[in-house]
Amino acid sequence: MLSLKKVGKRFGGVVAVDGVDLDVAQGEVHALIGPNGAGKTTLIGLIAGTMPSDQGEIVFRNDYLTHAKPHARVAAGLARSYQVTSIFRRFSVLDNLALAVQARSGSSFSFWKPVAQESALFDEARAIAAEVDLTARLSAPGNELSHGEQRALEVGLALATRPKLVLLDEPMAGMGPEESQRMIALIKRIRAQVTVLLVEHDMDAVFRLADRISVMLNGRLIATGAPIEIRNNPEVKKAYLGDELAA
Amino acid sequence: MKKIVLVVLLIFPLAMHALDQNFYIAFATRVLIYAMAAASLNLVLGYGGMVSFGHAAFFGAGAYTVGILSFEGVRNLWITWPAAVAVAALAALVIGAISLRTRGVYFIMITLAFAQMMYYVFVSMKSYGGDDGLSLPGRSSGLGIDLRNEYAWYYLVLFLLIAVLYLLRRLLASRFGRVIEAIRENEARATAIGYPVYRYQLLCFVISGAIAGLAGALIANQTSYVGPALLHWIQSGTLMIMVILGGVGRFWGGPVGAVVLLTLEEIFSGSPLLGPYSLHWQLPVGVILLAVVLYAPRGIAGAFAKKGR
Repeated sequence: MLSLKKVGKRFGGVVAVDGVDLDVAQGEVHALIGPNGAGKTTLIGLIAGTMPSDQGEIVFRNDYLTHAKPHARVAAGLARSYQVTSIFRRFSVLDNLALAVQARSGSSFSFWKPVAQESALFDEARAIAAEVDLTARLSAPGNELSHGEQRALEVGLALATRPKLVLLDEPMAGMGPEESQRMIALIKRIRAQVTVLLVEHDMDAVFRLADRISVMLNGRLIATGAPIEIRNNPEVKKAYLGDELAA
Repeated sequence: MKKIVLVVLLIFPLAMHALDQNFYIAFATRVLIYAMAAASLNLVLGYGGMVSFGHAAFFGAGAYTVGILSFEGVRNLWITWPAAVAVAALAALVIGAISLRTRGVYFIMITLAFAQMMYYVFVSMKSYGGDDGLSLPGRSSGLGIDLRNEYAWYYLVLFLLIAVLYLLRRLLASRFGRVIEAIRENEARATAIGYPVYRYQLLCFVISGAIAGLAGALIANQTSYVGPALLHWIQSGTLMIMVILGGVGRFWGGPVGAVVLLTLEEIFSGSPLLGPYSLHWQLPVGVILLAVVLYAPRGIAGAFAKKGR
């Protein structure tokens, strides 16, 4: 579904992403793990197009997206969430989601008709809110949500664009155990409709969710495989998992 | 509240006439024109989050279009006013297309630089008065009424201001308006949910410039004079002060700021209050501005709004 060939990005002298080949198959939850600074978030940026890549090519459902603008990639069915919560903080939950629905339903170069009259937008936004468990908080502005709720909205914004593939950058960052469980349940629910590329540090979550796992280290992909293979891969053990899995 | 204001505005000229204070009709007309210009700046600055420090360029471009055309003998407002709007919109398109590739303080500086460039262009246009500006032979024609009549002129300007504010109201509640505000709130997120941010911002900038151009066309008629001072950065600063005073990103911010600032200027620069010190009317106005920024950071319109945003 998504295929990266020799994708690379450097910042000055630092090679952040170094010739990564990666294939994400339709319908899978594909986890991308690796220590801090391995280049995971940069890679997500390259795929979403929020950061231009220096080399290689990105193909998504037979479209060459290597040089496509971020909004064109969203239109093609690629959406992302951010590691650091990025929502419209002064907009209500409903307005946040309606705005994302609006982005891919009809032209927004419309200047006369009040949005408030477009009930279809808000109906769909409510459906997304139900999907991410925010129905009770529809009218709360983004900055009054709890951390866990903000993370749910973050994922909801990505889902509201009705993507074919969603890039989730550490959705569980900073969450307590209970909130994490809720997020895991959410990802399990959405995987029926959407392919997921998941960057996550919570190994428990990764091994419970992922069909396949890719491991990044110093900008390179050092292994890709089923969870059991990754667990037993000596190179991965040495480089990253180490103690955590030895136990 | 809106209705009361509207009624006051409607009967204002009649009341002034009754009180034999006709001077204030012209003053009020000037306030209405600046209210329109400030409202246009608030669209980019307050709603779009684009801190344009060169808004006088579009105001001045509109004014000079009317000035030059009427100097050349074209005085029909059905030609000159749309031309003023088009010229200002074109200037906004060019300046915006380049400036919007930058952000933050660079955007402020580059819009300021463009406006100053235009200022010097008009200063150097000797055939159109250069430094001294250009006196217009009279007000525009074409409506079948004599716009030299202060009442007719006042009501025409009032009608146009109401029309512009209605248009802005619709615009801000539309899909486009929501996107513009979303970009101000979180540009990265707006991009990530699929909006081509640059196009939206540029169009917003052009719409704002076009409205400022209309206000410029009106001010040229108001004073029957256009001069480079209309494009000077002090003019941009004045418009910005109006918006800040009234309330950045508050719907009534621009108009309220224009009314308050020009009224304060009128009060303090008239000699009765400050006597010989009235030359320094900026000082008390500055103190009041400081007080507003300190104690009502959401502006006057913001302080009176029923609920916070």
